[in-house]
Amino acid sequence: MSEPRPTFQLDGTECPFTPGQTVLQAALAAGRHIPHLCYHPEFKPHGSCKLCTVKVGGWHATSCTLPAKEGLVVESDTEEVNAERRMLVQLLFVEGNHFCPSCEKSGNCKLQATAYELGMTSPRFDHFFPDRPVDASHPDLLLDFNRCILCELCVRASAEVDGKQVFALAGRGMGKHLVVNSPSGLLRDSAIAASDKAAEVCPVGVILRKRVGFSTPVGQRRFDERPISAQAAEYAPRPPQGD
Amino acid sequence: MQTAVDAWGREPTQLLQVLRETQESLGYLPPGALERVSDALGVSIARVRGVVAFYSFLHAEPQGEYRVLFSDNVTDRMRGSADRLRELGQRLWVEPGKVSEDGLVSLGRTSSVGLDDHAPGLLVNGRPVPEVDAARATLLGDLILGRVPLAEWPPELFVIEDQVRRADVMLTDPIRPGEAILAALARGEADGTGPQATLEEIKSARLLGRGGAGFTTGVKWESCSRQPVTPRVVVCNADEGEPGTFKDRLLLGRYADLVFEGMTVAAWGIGATLGFVYLRGEYRYLLDALRQTLERRRRDGLLGRSICGREGFDFDVQIHVGAGSYVCGEASALVESLEGKRGIPRNRPPRLAEKGYLGLPTVVNNVESYCAAALIVLRGADEFRSRGTPRSSGTKLLSVSGDCARPGVYEYPFGVTVRQVLEDSGAAGTIAVQAGGPSGTCLGQDEFDRRIAFEDIETGGAFIVFDGSRDMFEVARHFAHFFAEESCGFCTPCRVGTSLLRNLMDKIRDGKGSQHDLLTIEELGRLLGKASHCGLGESASKPLLGTLRRFRPAYERRLGSSAVEPAFDLDGALARARRMTGRDDPGAHLEEAP
Repeated sequence: MSEPRPTFQLDGTECPFTPGQTVLQAALAAGRHIPHLCYHPEFKPHGSCKLCTVKVGGWHATSCTLPAKEGLVVESDTEEVNAERRMLVQLLFVEGNHFCPSCEKSGNCKLQATAYELGMTSPRFDHFFPDRPVDASHPDLLLDFNRCILCELCVRASAEVDGKQVFALAGRGMGKHLVVNSPSGLLRDSAIAASDKAAEVCPVGVILRKRVGFSTPVGQRRFDERPISAQAAEYAPRPPQGD
Repeated sequence: MQTAVDAWGREPTQLLQVLRETQESLGYLPPGALERVSDALGVSIARVRGVVAFYSFLHAEPQGEYRVLFSDNVTDRMRGSADRLRELGQRLWVEPGKVSEDGLVSLGRTSSVGLDDHAPGLLVNGRPVPEVDAARATLLGDLILGRVPLAEWPPELFVIEDQVRRADVMLTDPIRPGEAILAALARGEADGTGPQATLEEIKSARLLGRGGAGFTTGVKWESCSRQPVTPRVVVCNADEGEPGTFKDRLLLGRYADLVFEGMTVAAWGIGATLGFVYLRGEYRYLLDALRQTLERRRRDGLLGRSICGREGFDFDVQIHVGAGSYVCGEASALVESLEGKRGIPRNRPPRLAEKGYLGLPTVVNNVESYCAAALIVLRGADEFRSRGTPRSSGTKLLSVSGDCARPGVYEYPFGVTVRQVLEDSGAAGTIAVQAGGPSGTCLGQDEFDRRIAFEDIETGGAFIVFDGSRDMFEVARHFAHFFAEESCGFCTPCRVGTSLLRNLMDKIRDGKGSQHDLLTIEELGRLLGKASHCGLGESASKPLLGTLRRFRPAYERRLGSSAVEPAFDLDGALARARRMTGRDDPGAHLEEAP
């Protein structure tokens, strides 16, 4: 490289970036982990889960949408910021119905892995125990809305990659929920195929393939092997368009 | 449905307007109507359903022939709205939130409808009824049970007397239509800089946005005008949703020409051709008069092509009506709603001035800001700056309500003290003022010498007065319910946090709170303030943190004695089983814990 790349400071050390990248994208590209759930390297940053919140110049900012700039001083791995992230994860746990021991996504679940990473030992707040029906209508896929964290990755994947718009969001506040685009509202009657991007992108255990749930035993799964932060490089973003 | 599609067109951007008008004729939105709207506009059925479920005024279930919505601001409650709602419900045999068995009436609550100076207020099929005392509620019950068509109801039921209690430059001397536009054109002629002269005047006046955020209007306009993209868009934020604010109701009702004049001046300054007013659904009743004013202005050459005979100065205004969502008052959520979507605040950058409505350069300003802009262009920046403080120039409209003898709209130069406003409005024995509504600042007695100004108390204009008979814990609990109801649900802290805060406040009310819960409220409150996506979440905990600081005893006297108290009530959980078995003997109850 002929010219040195611009950098910003992340927890006291320089982090190089390519203009156009956000702070989170640059950090992941450099193999530095900032916790996140609704961000996925193949999609436009969304900024809703707020797990990737960092402190910049005394202010809080969402690092997945914050454009990287020369000279930014970013605090991420600090007790203060991690405590806030821990609380955000706790909020996600009490909002839905998450029973890790009986969940077939256990060990492959980013919510669970992030909670471990942040040292969450209890959900702390009172559970809402929402009543969310399961949609088992599709021959190959199961929808268990109990675990939905509303990251909208399936919405984005279906619209942007699959070109189908199988998923959408409805309602607001605690009534916000995922809906399926079909006259009946059931997945069976939608345009989804098991090979769709939308069927594989769920970071938690909402969209599941039937009949393969335990083909890899619990204990030998992705985040059973190594903590999610150690796998940061595998989430490295694709280079920005035009690079 | 067809009429609505014909009126609004087949663009997906018209989804909300088409749904709203379809519902106006059908009473609700049955599945078949949703499917036809989906087909006609080319919007997926899931998105249509998603939009219907987002806006509280859109209904996928049948509603009553008469739809009664009680305004549920704290000001309404202070004037007995809860009692009126209960009485009317008993009279009409319907529970709040439900439709009566015979389909005659649906009854419910909605966030503040902007009648705080005439509290308690309500909407019947979208029409406002102010000052609903026991006699009025009885009359309403008679009319509904007698199935009297709304058009035949006594007209005085719907009369809202605007109360201008103090007028300064904005409210004394209404301008003649076209006056400010001609002044803007003349300024450009005089120094040969054209529209730039208008931008300079607004900048020189140091006009700050009147909606509450206080962004410099001139800078916003100039940055929009510099975008190399056309058409550019001027949007008037008439989604006056902050509970306790009603000054825009007055401006839209009585000073509509001033509002449109300001928008047209803005359009001239930034070179915009598209204009929108986003009118909150609660103000639907102002729509027809506003449209007539627009029509008159078109006839008079003040809108449309070649405004005031000026070749190339083309600008027109369309009114979109909201459907019951507080967050749509946030500028980027408002733009999303204008595009026919759920009102979710956008990520920034880009700013709206660069990429706003449909990606076009867009300015969004408050109703009052446009009025001030028209006056600045007409009378000059120097005149404007002669009122107010050095950092907050001009005047501010305050919506004063609550415990005072003279509620209404007060126009003051910036810098007025809280004490002065209390005196002028005839408030006595005041213990607190909520300035800026639930998202604003709670002020205690030792703060009444503070000033209404951007450098001290920033406010969109709400000024709710509480006297010694009020329980500030209950006020804060009410606001906690408001934010939980209005959170859009996009980001984790606000979506979950506002509901947790509401539950914690209810727990304390029920006598089950502990010191631990107060700490949790503070901790959650700080998280919301720091990590939320938009201003709603950032300010949702402010009323709680503010009252905890100033009125802590109101919380503490409700606490149970222990350090931790569970929210779960074991004996209470058996209540349903007792009801089902018809038992209430001692054996059906758990013994009191020692």
